[in-house]
Amino acid sequence: MIILWTDALIYILVVASFLAGFFISRKPHFQRPLKKISASKTGMVSLLFLIFFIVIGLLDSIHFKETEGRTREIISLLDYVAKPLRMQNEKTYSAPFSAYLYSKEMVEEDDRKIVWGYPRLKFGGSHLQNPDQEGLADVFNKAAVGFAKGAGLFILFFVLLWSYLHDRHKYLLKGSTAKVVWATAFLLISTAYMLIYLSGYYHVLGTDKVGEDVFYQAIKSIRTGLVIGSLTTLIMLPLAIVFGIMAGFFRGWVDDVIQYIYTTLNSIPSVLLIAASILMVQVYMSNHAEDFNSLIVRSDMRLLFLCLILGVTSWTGLCRMLRAETLKLREMEYVQAAQALGVKQSTILIRHILPNVMHIILISVVLDFSSLVLAEAVLSYINIGVDPTTYSWGNMINGARLEMARDPVVWWSLLASFVFMFGLVLAANLFADTVRNAFDPRRTEQGE
Amino acid sequence: MEDILLQVRGLTVAFKDEKVVNDIAFDVYKGETFALVGESGSGKSITALSVLRLLPRNAIISAKEMTLNGENLLSITEHNFCKVRGKRIALIFQDPMSSLNPVMTIGEQIAEVMEIHFNYTKPELVQATFELLQKVEIPEPERRVNEYPHQLSGGQRQRVMIAIALAGKPDLLIADEPTTALDVTIQAQILKLLKTIQQDTDMALWLISHDLALVSNIADRIAVMQQGHIVETNSTAHFFKQAQHPYSLKLLAALPSMDSCINKVIEIPSKALLQVDGFKVYYPIRKGIFKRVVDYVRAVDGVSFQLQRGKTLALVGESGCGKTTLGKGLINLIAHTGGTVLFDGVDLTKMSKAALRKKRSEIQIVFQDPFSSMNPRMLVGEIIEEGLKALHSDMDSATRQQRVAKLLNQVELPESSAMRYPHEFSGGQRQRICIARALAVEPKLIICDEPTSALDVSVQAQIINLLKKLQDTQRISYLFITHDLAVVAEIADEVAVMYKGKIIEHGDVEQVLTNPVDEYTKKLLKAVPRI
Repeated sequence: MIILWTDALIYILVVASFLAGFFISRKPHFQRPLKKISASKTGMVSLLFLIFFIVIGLLDSIHFKETEGRTREIISLLDYVAKPLRMQNEKTYSAPFSAYLYSKEMVEEDDRKIVWGYPRLKFGGSHLQNPDQEGLADVFNKAAVGFAKGAGLFILFFVLLWSYLHDRHKYLLKGSTAKVVWATAFLLISTAYMLIYLSGYYHVLGTDKVGEDVFYQAIKSIRTGLVIGSLTTLIMLPLAIVFGIMAGFFRGWVDDVIQYIYTTLNSIPSVLLIAASILMVQVYMSNHAEDFNSLIVRSDMRLLFLCLILGVTSWTGLCRMLRAETLKLREMEYVQAAQALGVKQSTILIRHILPNVMHIILISVVLDFSSLVLAEAVLSYINIGVDPTTYSWGNMINGARLEMARDPVVWWSLLASFVFMFGLVLAANLFADTVRNAFDPRRTEQGE
Repeated sequence: MEDILLQVRGLTVAFKDEKVVNDIAFDVYKGETFALVGESGSGKSITALSVLRLLPRNAIISAKEMTLNGENLLSITEHNFCKVRGKRIALIFQDPMSSLNPVMTIGEQIAEVMEIHFNYTKPELVQATFELLQKVEIPEPERRVNEYPHQLSGGQRQRVMIAIALAGKPDLLIADEPTTALDVTIQAQILKLLKTIQQDTDMALWLISHDLALVSNIADRIAVMQQGHIVETNSTAHFFKQAQHPYSLKLLAALPSMDSCINKVIEIPSKALLQVDGFKVYYPIRKGIFKRVVDYVRAVDGVSFQLQRGKTLALVGESGCGKTTLGKGLINLIAHTGGTVLFDGVDLTKMSKAALRKKRSEIQIVFQDPFSSMNPRMLVGEIIEEGLKALHSDMDSATRQQRVAKLLNQVELPESSAMRYPHEFSGGQRQRICIARALAVEPKLIICDEPTSALDVSVQAQIINLLKKLQDTQRISYLFITHDLAVVAEIADEVAVMYKGKIIEHGDVEQVLTNPVDEYTKKLLKAVPRI
């Protein structure tokens, strides 16, 4: 097993969030908000989607060296599972579920005649004798079979789990929310299985310019998106929270210094800063080639640095908002009452200010999460984003620029990245919304 | 008084399933002053707004009858109702700060109403605006016409609001707590103005208030509202002589009385707990590029007084006189500029920060607004034990819980309150929690910064009784900051009157309230509405 830098950080993040979850669930007064989250249908369904994305991302974060093959590349568990998707490359573009290439070539027909037409694909739909006639029916057929198999799998697990849950955790089965969540899980798993089953026979989302499966690319991009979203936030949050709250609470010279730092940082075009640091990393890596001997290590390093520099450049907005809110909060009478009680300044910051700016942090983190994924796309466009060899929605969108200008248009790359990105960002948004509502005690009695 | 102007029968207003106004009936006669009195949440404002159709969309209004001058208000279409609002029924709101548009001059705002309702030419409009400003007795109307709301004082803004309301020459003027946000001397002026205008123009005035004493001076008839019902309607004279309904009696009994200070037993003064000498809080005024200090705002300007252990000193003054700044300055929530504060023999102004933090626990503060003085994200138990945590870090959690339970008992709240959030409590209950929080660290002095002014009168009486009881059992001193002289009479042993940062009169409560020396004190006392 090989642990890349971002892998290590992801593991730490997972462990930390498990510990945090454990800690929160032990505290008696967190029981009510937690119950509220678990009772919210939108919240739980979006959490399910998020978990689905996260599981794929985690599978993609366990790297090891291939035991067979000529090159013995570093691959992830996801690559291992999705080997057919990874290996079955076509020559160039092909549409979703198509059995033919998307561009004309000289094709040798059975009677040795050479015609100018669309050649058959090497893998997609290759089991068909006559794709023109049986194609559509076969797709539906296979889809139904795949769905049924997925459903069967789910029901099997559900039945196995049933007796256990029924005895120990009955609340997981009762109530309308539980029903909705189980139904969503059923649909999600069956659909996922159907897609996996189908991709054994077809390119579900077509292929790109070099014949790579777009579905595979989109799945691989989940990890990149999660890494950029979470690691950048992880770097940005402490800076924004500590500086913002301190500037607002202490005012005076502390405020002056912090304001000076972020106005200076803000006045440098962030693209320049990002470009400079990415180029720096590139140069460093080419000077120390022996430490970065494989492609995947290099692109991982670049991803990490991108997160770092994005984090450093993007904390100012949140910082300013937190400063303004803290300025308002520090004049609140409960803060003054705490001062009168002789509570330490640091305790006031943590106990009185921080919980009351949490909603701002949560909202802006979720909004930033989506804008970061988009920022990555923009940066890829001017070649200072993630490494071109890294799969990312940004790279896919960047590639789709030319494809959209092509005639006939190639739309599936853009659509795939859009759908996946949309799914992740929407789920994160809805879930954050539920969390924010649940943790606001003033909203607790107002129904949904 | 046969001429009924506004007749309302069977009015019910509901939000979802909750009826906030429940089947009420009342009349307003032409040219009279009708007062609707009740505590907060009794539905009195909702009643007024429902007549004007100004309630939010989710309100369900139903009425058997609602006529203005014999015309059925219920059958007027929304389009035509604009001609009723402003023209025939006008409304004055409580807060003059937020009910004027800050980017329009007051002249424009008054003229706006007349442009809508009358066909005046430009010069006529200017003339009419000018006359209205004269009518509401704004000094130098020719200059004020072009000023913006922020350039006027609170009382002047309320006068402008009245001018706007009068601009449409209404038959009925609804005044919703028109003086609650104002100082007592200004309140008296505004009420006098309203009364004069009403008599001059023969318009009916519908006054909505929580203050029975205020209403007693101005109203012809009084209706008392309780939880959506009108429980009693009576002429003012009758009402104060022999109120019928138990709720009315309760309200009357809860009124703090100015006479309660008479014959108060004053003990021989013991050693002073708090001795303040030449205390000053200045705010620098900075100007220019280099922010040079050009002058100071003298918020508290050399104040000296003493406070005995177990006694209450009331600090009285109008808004902006520096009484709150003084209170916060004493416990170092606001930095002071000069003077000494001798507390229990120790000079607080010369103490190190760390030592002060410990000493602080002996002086506590209870704030005016029970809504903003508690962290909404903390449980009541956590709020109360915060001081214990800060000062007795060695105390274990079980002992702390016991202390919290005991404190909740002391302020007469159930022990189960500890696991609930502040927003689940009413204003009076919250103020009790704030008192419990202050008591937790066993203070010798509690600074009460208008602790009752945000509360209803019956709740106010309860809180004052609680404070008195705590004083008797624990010998706590109070520095009671307030603008309400009636409350002072109830609780204080001594009174200090503050005006523009200075104490201008100081003495025993009976002497100051019955036999004041200073002119300003006399003026203040005269302005207090009495029954």
